[in-house]
Amino acid sequence: MGRPLAQIDRVTKRFVKTGPPAIDAVTASIAAGAITGVVGPDGAGKTTLLRLMAGLLAPDEGALTVCGFDSVREIANARPSIAYMPQHFGLYEDLTVIENLHLYADLRSVDESERGGVFERLLDFTNLAQFTKRRAGKLSGGMKQKLGLACALMGAPQLLLLDEPSVGVDPISRRELWRMILELADQGIGVVWSTAYLDEAERCESVILLSEGKPVYHGPPVDFTHKVEGKVALIRNMPGDKRDVLMRAMEAPEILDGVIQGNTIRLVLNNPMAEDQLRSALSLADAEIEKVPPRFEDAFMASLGGGPKKRSPFTARPVHGAAPDEIVIKADALTKKFGDFTAADQITFSIRRGEVFGLIGPNGAGKSTTFKMLCGLLRPTSGHARISGLDFAAAPSKARARLGYMAQKFSLYGDLTVRQNLEFFAGAYGLSGKRKTAALDQAITTFNFAPYLEAQAARLPLGYKQRLALSCAVLHDPDVLFLDEPTSGVDPRTRREFWTHINAMARRGVTIMVTTHFLDEAEYCDRIALIFRGRVIAEGLPDELKTRSRREGADAPTLEQAFITLVREFDEREAI
Amino acid sequence: MWLRIRTLIVKELLASALDAKTRWLVLYSPPLLLLIYAFAITQEVKNIPVAVYNEDAGTVSRDLIARFDGSPTFSEILYFDSWKGAAAAIDSRQAAMAIRLDSAFSRSIAAGKPAKVQLILDGRRSNTAQILEGYAARIVADFNKELAGDDIRPPTVIVARAWFNPNFEPLWSATPALFAVLTMVVGFMVSALTIARERELGTFEQLLVSPIRPFEIMIGKAVPAVLIALASAVAMLALGSLVLQVPLRGSIILLFAAMIIFLTSIVGIGLFISTLASNQQQAVIGLFFYMMPAVLISGYASPVENMPVWLQWLAESDPLMHFIVICKGVFLKNVPASVIFEHTWPMALIAVFTLSAAAWLFRKRLT
Amino acid sequence: MKLFPSFNHSARRRMTGLIRKETVQVIRDPSNILVAVILPLILLFLFGYGVTFDPRYFNIGLVVEQATPETGSFESALVNSPYFRIEKGHDRRELEDALVAGDIKAVVVLPAKFAAVAYRGDTAPIQVIVDGGDPNTAELVSAYIERLWANWLTQESISRGQSLQPVLVNLEPRVWFNPEISSRNYLVPGSVAIILMLIGALLTALVVAREWERGTMEALLATPIGVAELLIGKLAPYFALGMISMTISVATAVFVFGVPFRGSFLVLTLLSALFMLAALGQGLLISTITRNQLLAGQLSVMSAFLPAFYFSNFVFEIGSMPLALRLVSYVIPAKYYISSLQSLFLAGNIPSVLIPDALGIAMIAGIFFILTALATRRRLD
Repeated sequence: MGRPLAQIDRVTKRFVKTGPPAIDAVTASIAAGAITGVVGPDGAGKTTLLRLMAGLLAPDEGALTVCGFDSVREIANARPSIAYMPQHFGLYEDLTVIENLHLYADLRSVDESERGGVFERLLDFTNLAQFTKRRAGKLSGGMKQKLGLACALMGAPQLLLLDEPSVGVDPISRRELWRMILELADQGIGVVWSTAYLDEAERCESVILLSEGKPVYHGPPVDFTHKVEGKVALIRNMPGDKRDVLMRAMEAPEILDGVIQGNTIRLVLNNPMAEDQLRSALSLADAEIEKVPPRFEDAFMASLGGGPKKRSPFTARPVHGAAPDEIVIKADALTKKFGDFTAADQITFSIRRGEVFGLIGPNGAGKSTTFKMLCGLLRPTSGHARISGLDFAAAPSKARARLGYMAQKFSLYGDLTVRQNLEFFAGAYGLSGKRKTAALDQAITTFNFAPYLEAQAARLPLGYKQRLALSCAVLHDPDVLFLDEPTSGVDPRTRREFWTHINAMARRGVTIMVTTHFLDEAEYCDRIALIFRGRVIAEGLPDELKTRSRREGADAPTLEQAFITLVREFDEREAI
Repeated sequence: MWLRIRTLIVKELLASALDAKTRWLVLYSPPLLLLIYAFAITQEVKNIPVAVYNEDAGTVSRDLIARFDGSPTFSEILYFDSWKGAAAAIDSRQAAMAIRLDSAFSRSIAAGKPAKVQLILDGRRSNTAQILEGYAARIVADFNKELAGDDIRPPTVIVARAWFNPNFEPLWSATPALFAVLTMVVGFMVSALTIARERELGTFEQLLVSPIRPFEIMIGKAVPAVLIALASAVAMLALGSLVLQVPLRGSIILLFAAMIIFLTSIVGIGLFISTLASNQQQAVIGLFFYMMPAVLISGYASPVENMPVWLQWLAESDPLMHFIVICKGVFLKNVPASVIFEHTWPMALIAVFTLSAAAWLFRKRLT
Repeated sequence: MKLFPSFNHSARRRMTGLIRKETVQVIRDPSNILVAVILPLILLFLFGYGVTFDPRYFNIGLVVEQATPETGSFESALVNSPYFRIEKGHDRRELEDALVAGDIKAVVVLPAKFAAVAYRGDTAPIQVIVDGGDPNTAELVSAYIERLWANWLTQESISRGQSLQPVLVNLEPRVWFNPEISSRNYLVPGSVAIILMLIGALLTALVVAREWERGTMEALLATPIGVAELLIGKLAPYFALGMISMTISVATAVFVFGVPFRGSFLVLTLLSALFMLAALGQGLLISTITRNQLLAGQLSVMSAFLPAFYFSNFVFEIGSMPLALRLVSYVIPAKYYISSLQSLFLAGNIPSVLIPDALGIAMIAGIFFILTALATRRRLD
């Protein structure tokens, strides 16, 4: 580790005079030539901390020294050495890639004579050389982030502040982003990377873990992970349904946290325990249980008191449909053309009742186009999308009545209260009279909305917003649930709670279709389809995909590695 | 279907009622604007300073000037020692009118010979200039009549009677037209931004995946917009008749009927713009682009019959033109239903056209 | 906070970089061209060819209760007048209904006893009813009818060989600067001010507010740029857009619509530049306070566009407004600008108009910029 680039000394920042501080007495140091992760649940104060370091906010108490200068009085001296990339990249969408670069070169005093070299290096570094004339608004999420990074790197800063740079970025771009950041750190730049994805925290030299503005941990991630050493176990070959097993396991007092990974279940225990002990505690006599090395996320969940212990209220609802093998969603040679460009090409798959089906793929590969055709938002150029045998083209309103839909940004009406949102969605799906009252009552009791009924949806805490969005989507008890990146940028705790409900619904026969960029989430699915260049290039169980991409002599790949291998191999085949 | 439409309507109404910004925009600011601008758009001409260069020493000229001084149209008399000074006062806009009386003025009158009064008017505001000339002519005519005395029979003078607003109360004439314009603005504000805003917030897709059909969304957007604008119009009406004391002589029921049809046509245009725009900024600019010409040819500030024929035809397709006629008629004149109907059916036609165009565009942009 | 951290080579480059970026954005957004070029042309076209405040003619109704040679003579006087279009009715009810419907502006009734009393001089032999709902028109209509009546009477007396009492005081009115009395000649300059206000206040407010909403402002603030560089960089392209729009409008007005221009173009350019600064200052202040497009849009319509339209002598006479509103008009830059424009177009370079107006605009612009500088912080909190 090099010299500290930024020194944060007992900094407190309040936005509301009387309320709790957004940043509460945080002390930390940022090293040069290293990556420092800022992690924590939503609303923990990650963005505020980064803005304080960028000199965009002044601390109420304490002091910050950045690149040797005070962050308030001497910030003008420090600015040339700081690069900051806000959460919603500071790019001008109507300017081209090269125009954005020129702007930041001007702003950061890069001489005309040097520009040729600098641009070439940055464009090469970010693989954007062939897109220089494209408008930034037309780039994919991953390319935008890379361009944002290129702009931020203009003028050779010493300190690079990145606020959740990997949200909305596909696994391939995410990997490239990391490659670039690691390279920068090697050159001696100090990088601060805030994230809700904890696999990223593991790759940092040091992390600052925040919770409600308070510093929970500051140090190397390994030391933090080490706290749950010997307490993490994997269940394989379990009898019966994995979601059943997980639900019961979570009810056991010995278990802190549990999550589905493909065909296995990962558990975090309260205390170290032998495998046999655990097997009997969970009454899983035949299952294979193996201790595994802990991950940062395990320790993170343990430090927050574990995952959701309560059963999802959806568990108690009656089961949908009798025949479990019935095909509920059918994509039949779905094709969508935008002019000359074929966004989706002969996409075919079918999803059975009660399945959780994941749609993954790089940005711009046709994943959203397929998703939109399946839920009736886009009309296919040819082919059919059927929901329980109903074609959108023939009976749009009827087909839509069968499905529930939850968008990425929890599309609630912020001005309306919780009750009014529920009533609106009940009416939109044609519920009235007794059915409506029953549906509302059920939603209110299952999610404990009673105290929040008259609160405006916009003012709800994030967790409640997500619950409300979910209950609005399922008020009419749909057969099919469409989830569009439901947990993008959401912390693991909130994500766990969300999936308890989804799992419970799948158990009672609701068919679920989900898109995600976050492949740990794809592990929750029964089957996944990998879409690339408008085609399904792989389909199967998560474990099957991993096996298919396993190479001789290598370790079992993660789903993310499998994804990258499959896409690359397809690309190579196409090239020939 | 009705349930879904009703649900949409209730949602829109609640969202507007709960949002402080919308409340301000719809309920408080239009009456406030009505209050301010009703006083501003008076077309009276008064408080005009007059420059006088009087070379005459006699009393007759002073009498004549005193007539100008006594009129409420003219605020003050600025006396100058030279014609140059008076002319400079016109140039610099210190005075909008200048009077010059030559040295022989009183002597000529005394001799029973005609005398000249030179009047200079500032043509930079031609409208004012014309009105001032009219006032001056009347003052001089009265003066002549008095000079003549009783011995010679004066020419008969006719006196026009003014109906509907006998005292030429400026507020009475300003309020109905302003009311019509502001009702239109509110109708646009509540319709033109709705679809663009839902598109930006992402709730739009949520609507599209529900069983609600596109035309139901259109109705569900149009009806509440009309209702909200109607509420705003009621607030303005109340202010107009209670505070500004403008008479409301016609049938309120007919006014409401016409207003609903007017607002439907406006909301149709608003939704069309909203569907066309991909964000709120474009929607605002689109609105301006429509509104400025629409107001100009509506007869709001200048009479329609003075426009060339082709423009009068264009004005027929401007719902505001029809609604201004109706408002003026209902406020001051108690127009018969037939007149209201004559101006209502074109608005209904426009409403049907714009709403279907908006629904067509809406469906087209979905796929 | 220093306005210019160090105005040196790199500061200049930062500024030109921003200006270049903003210019590209202005050119790429079609709505800017719409407001700066197309809208002024439409307005000029309407003012030039259609909308006019000058009464050309009025539709009036005429009832002749008993046709005689005398009524025939008066009627032809009415019909021959360029000011009236006569609609003849059979009875007054019919025409009164037309007056109520707004189809005609006045009703003239020649009663049965017209011939008998026409020349007697004690009672008025004709009745005139005007529509008071529009006082301006009513005044003009009645004045024209009165004048027509007096002329007709004189003609009749002369033809009958009667001598009328001579009129002693004769008014000789002359209209300076605009002898053809065309409202187009002052509406066209006025609309230039409205357009510049739209570009300066509305477009700029929306654009800066959008930068806050999209988070690009946050990224800009994190760079070494100074407040003044930022403001100048953002405003310069809109300033240029306004000046281009002004040039197009004035050129169209003068060369296409034949509006006279008697002042100097240099003075016009200087004044317009000053006015543009005031409008930009207002737009900037609005967006700095609101940081939200919707609010910025509403606020600029309420505080910039509407006042520029109403409190500027563009259409409505400020002098006739109540005192409170007259006082408000003093802080409306458009009032000074329009006054100067009307002088420049119709009267010429009149220092006694232009200098006070320029000072007024400069003072308001200065206040806006000081307020903006106070409201702009280099930080987000």
